[in-house]
Amino acid sequence: MSPGFQGRRRTTDPALPPGQYLTEDFPVLSAGPTPRVPLDRWEFVLATETGDELRWSWAELMALPQETPTVDIHCVTRWSKFGTSWQGVSLDVLLDGVDTAADYAQAHSYGGYTTNLPLDDLRDGQAWVVHGYDGEPLPAEHGGPARLLVPHLYFWKSAKWVRGLRLTVEDEPGFWETAGYHDYGDPWREQRYQGD
Amino acid sequence: MTAAATGGRVAAPLGWRVARLVQRRVETPTAQTLVLSVPDWPGHLPGQHVDVRLTAPDGYQAARSYSLAGPVDGDRIELTVQRVPDGEVSPYLTDVWAEGDPVEVRGPVGGWFVWRPAQTAPVLLVAGGSGVVPLMAMVRARRAAGSRTPFRLIYSVRTPADVIYADELRVRARDDLGLDVTYLYTREAPDGWRGEPHRVGLADVNTHGWPAELEPLCYVCGPTGFVETVADLLVGLGHQTRRVRTERFGPTG
Amino acid sequence: MTEMSYLDGNMLDGPLRELLAVDLSAATGRCASCGMVGPMAGLRVYAHAPGLVGRCPACAEVMLRLVRAPDRAWLDLRGATYLQVPMPTAPSFPRPL
Ligand SMILES: Cc1cc2nc3c(=O)[nH]c(=O)nc-3n(C[C@H](O)[C@H](O)[C@H](O)COP(=O)(O)OP(=O)(O)OC[C@H]3O[C@@H](n4cnc5c(N)ncnc54)[C@H](O)[C@@H]3O)c2cc1C
Ligand SMILES: [Zn+2]
Repeated sequence: MSPGFQGRRRTTDPALPPGQYLTEDFPVLSAGPTPRVPLDRWEFVLATETGDELRWSWAELMALPQETPTVDIHCVTRWSKFGTSWQGVSLDVLLDGVDTAADYAQAHSYGGYTTNLPLDDLRDGQAWVVHGYDGEPLPAEHGGPARLLVPHLYFWKSAKWVRGLRLTVEDEPGFWETAGYHDYGDPWREQRYQGD
Repeated sequence: MTAAATGGRVAAPLGWRVARLVQRRVETPTAQTLVLSVPDWPGHLPGQHVDVRLTAPDGYQAARSYSLAGPVDGDRIELTVQRVPDGEVSPYLTDVWAEGDPVEVRGPVGGWFVWRPAQTAPVLLVAGGSGVVPLMAMVRARRAAGSRTPFRLIYSVRTPADVIYADELRVRARDDLGLDVTYLYTREAPDGWRGEPHRVGLADVNTHGWPAELEPLCYVCGPTGFVETVADLLVGLGHQTRRVRTERFGPTG
Repeated sequence: MTEMSYLDGNMLDGPLRELLAVDLSAATGRCASCGMVGPMAGLRVYAHAPGLVGRCPACAEVMLRLVRAPDRAWLDLRGATYLQVPMPTAPSFPRPL
């Protein structure tokens, strides 16, 4: 132990998942260069397991019903942040009427990032494609123009710079899941690594 | 031979060992040299670094890299740490860490960003801020080995007060044959300095470096943005990418 | 700030030496994506992340991923088609073993 060392200001709180600390700022994590995606070229593509594709341009996404979820987020690097407020479109809206037998989805991003989730975790008001944070356009460093928001799972599942979802019959591990991280990632069960 | 002297090849993976603070020297208002004692230190090469790990009472840990500033000296190693405002680790090392208290270190590591006294190609060292630390280790090793290899150091600082190792560099530049030292100032220059304070540019590297035809080895170290700029300038001047070795310290350096 | 937050592959030596006895950062690697051959020390390393991500300096594709759990580590090198590691000169070669 290093006497007198506290580290970054951290508090624990009973409302936190196990092993998490509360933070007031919003740390920026990045596994690569920040992609810059002009809005006139941005699109979101939903591809089913049969190869059918649904596409939304930026204007089309903006024309959909918007929601403003306020949620707690939990990063696997152990910080959590309470009461973050976002603006975006519920995945229920995007998945509405999509004919699929898939059980999983793989999100993919501008810049090449991928992450896998069960399709059920994207339904029923649990997930959004968000483009606003704290009343402002989502900054690129936090995943703008748009990112996935799936707050009940560790935050690496909330893919930044999201460009689409591929619905899959099998669970197909993504960028971190192929390198040791958990396929599901429930912070309350502390599912950080494979086998947790 | 030490592990370091065999080019970093060792027989076993490397773990953490306990180091204690022996002494601290103030270099500038924001930088200090810390002398550590590390039992069974295997020795190191100029340019290598260590990882330092701190542990809080609740088990929380933070680790950062710091270059080895001094030559091999038994169980003693020297680090020079620049305090980063709001940083997690550097303010602890410069302001809180008390003599005799333990931290953990892992090293020496980094077998690529090193200079060996047996090398004879001319050397260009380009430092931004605390990036001077591993380059100073090379300057010191050159002196210790009695090497005649021509060295040029370009050292960019904000103000004259920010020069780390100022006194020693003055002596080295005077006494060490074949060592040239040039300072660049980004915010405030000393009286009598020619030109305006500015960020490092093509003219600086061109005037105070070596022509690419001499095939010098270039070592560039400092904040990521600084290293990026200088490495691009050197490659633009015709230096081979392989002969431009870089050590980025991160956004602040 | 984020654009300038990466480090050099040289810093991988410490974290990798917990697993391996050789200095992988001084090895030469070939990028599986663009074919560039160069020192692993020249990778761009993103460390503000759930693991360390080493990217090819030429094409920015991922060549190395290192994830460290308290009791395990994962090293993913599928973005590198080979690693050439300097070895002490052997008395006779080639030889199979
Ligand atoms: C190989 C190597 C050798 C080094 N040698 C030396 C040396 O000899 N001397 C020396 O003084 N330093 C050296 N450094 C730098 C050192 O390792 C630390 O980065 C430095 O001391 C700052 O650490 P800190 O904990 O004080 O600051 P940190 O808490 O790490 O913060 C540093 C800066 O990074 C920013 N930051 C924090 N988190 C993030 C994030 N998630 N995304 C983007 N930015 C973020 C902060 O805002 C701050 O500006 C070296 C670095 C490397 C890689
Ligand atoms: Zn490549």
